[in-house]
Amino acid sequence: MEIKKTSLYQLHQDSKAKFVEFAGYQMPIQYPEGIVEEHKFTRNHSGIFDVSHMGQLFIYGDDNLIEDLEKIFPLDLKNLKLNHSKYSFLMNDEAGIYDDLIITKIEKGFLIILNAACKENDFKILRRLLNNKYEMLLDNERSLIAIQGPKSVKILSDIINGVEDLSFMSGNWFFFQEQKIYITRSGYTGEDGFEISLPNNCAENFTKKLIEKGAKLIGLGARDTLRLEAGLCLYGHELDKDKTPVEANLKWAISKDRVSKGNFIGSNIINKQLNDGVSKIRVGIKPEGRIIAREKTKIFNQSDLHIGEITSGTFGPSVNGPVAMGYVENEFSKKDTKIFLEVRGKKHPANICGLPFYKKSYVKGANK
Amino acid sequence: MSDVKFSKEHEWITLEGDIATIGITKHATEMLGDIVFAELPEKGASVEKDGTAGVVESTKAASDVYTPISGEVVDTNQSIVDDPSKINEDPEGSAWFFKLKMKDKAELDSLMNKEEYDKFAKESAS
Repeated sequence: MEIKKTSLYQLHQDSKAKFVEFAGYQMPIQYPEGIVEEHKFTRNHSGIFDVSHMGQLFIYGDDNLIEDLEKIFPLDLKNLKLNHSKYSFLMNDEAGIYDDLIITKIEKGFLIILNAACKENDFKILRRLLNNKYEMLLDNERSLIAIQGPKSVKILSDIINGVEDLSFMSGNWFFFQEQKIYITRSGYTGEDGFEISLPNNCAENFTKKLIEKGAKLIGLGARDTLRLEAGLCLYGHELDKDKTPVEANLKWAISKDRVSKGNFIGSNIINKQLNDGVSKIRVGIKPEGRIIAREKTKIFNQSDLHIGEITSGTFGPSVNGPVAMGYVENEFSKKDTKIFLEVRGKKHPANICGLPFYKKSYVKGANK
Repeated sequence: MSDVKFSKEHEWITLEGDIATIGITKHATEMLGDIVFAELPEKGASVEKDGTAGVVESTKAASDVYTPISGEVVDTNQSIVDDPSKINEDPEGSAWFFKLKMKDKAELDSLMNKEEYDKFAKESAS
């Protein structure tokens, strides 16, 4: 299969990006300044992320659509206001996660942002679950650009008037060069920022405007260190079909009201796990020294019993030390529990810690 | 100080008497990106030519550091363990990794000189 390119490919190349294949796309992993500088620039200033490989699924329908989607997502969609977003999951009957996603109520329907590697499969699953009753478009004609970091609101509002009034996890339609673009105040770095869905033919022009105003292109490498410091999950690592939202410690994203009523895919398991607890759970892990524990690193307790595995681990440039997330047996998940990480045959001390590693600075109206 | 020699695993080596100083090349650091962790061999340890003698990690991945010659580790550079970013800043100077008491001078013969290494690095990068 031919490797796909986003509409910013040329701009990445002109910016001397190093590329990596990700979910079938040629994506920039980093630019010449490198991951650490890109990471810090995002935290202190404003970084631009090409996330056009992610799926933008538009589903249109009437009140029946809301009811049908509530049979799929553990959300109170009836009360989701126009242009407001929620983080959620597409699950199987065992509440295993097919994908994590952001769903936004738009006029006449919903916009769902899906992970690149999952989007085609998600589309098939959703079309089947919705019995082909609704108009569904996995839109390849639109790009998705994120701008993240404390200076982003100033930079973006200089180009698109009014974005400064958006509250966290809400959005609206705006115009850029007479084209309709949809902007939400959201992101995945732990910083204030926006995601902009816009037609492919104006994506490069739009991005160049952001760069003119002082923002910089940031690669997937820094996106990973930023989201990990922010304690955010990455599909295929913290989340997959063998893990439930409760095990992933994401129960805040599940509507309590919907759980008590049940009647969504996986609700039996979710309900059971919320009542009875889980055997394994996602935690933050801070190694004591400088050692970096990567994905699949084995975790041991003080009696040398194997109690879990790392799902993501790297060096956190803002924390200035190693950070990791993983799953451990529930009884060892308490904050400050001492654990050991086996790296290259040696066991290194570490501690279970709270998340995030790096304090979020989302702007007003953070909704849960 | 004698000439610098280079290995195919992107280490450099200089010799003073029978003491060799070993580090990783600028080309290697450019391939690795930001180095955020370094592990060195123990002082007094014996290392074998082409065996692992340390680890460097970038934000993305871990890579072994090999020794281009055999010998006994007589000194290690703690400053790069304390601040691994020094390896990116001055890889072929102050950010050396370890010093060896060399066992067999003939092992140097298979290594490359600067011109050969530059050509090798350029070819292996493309």
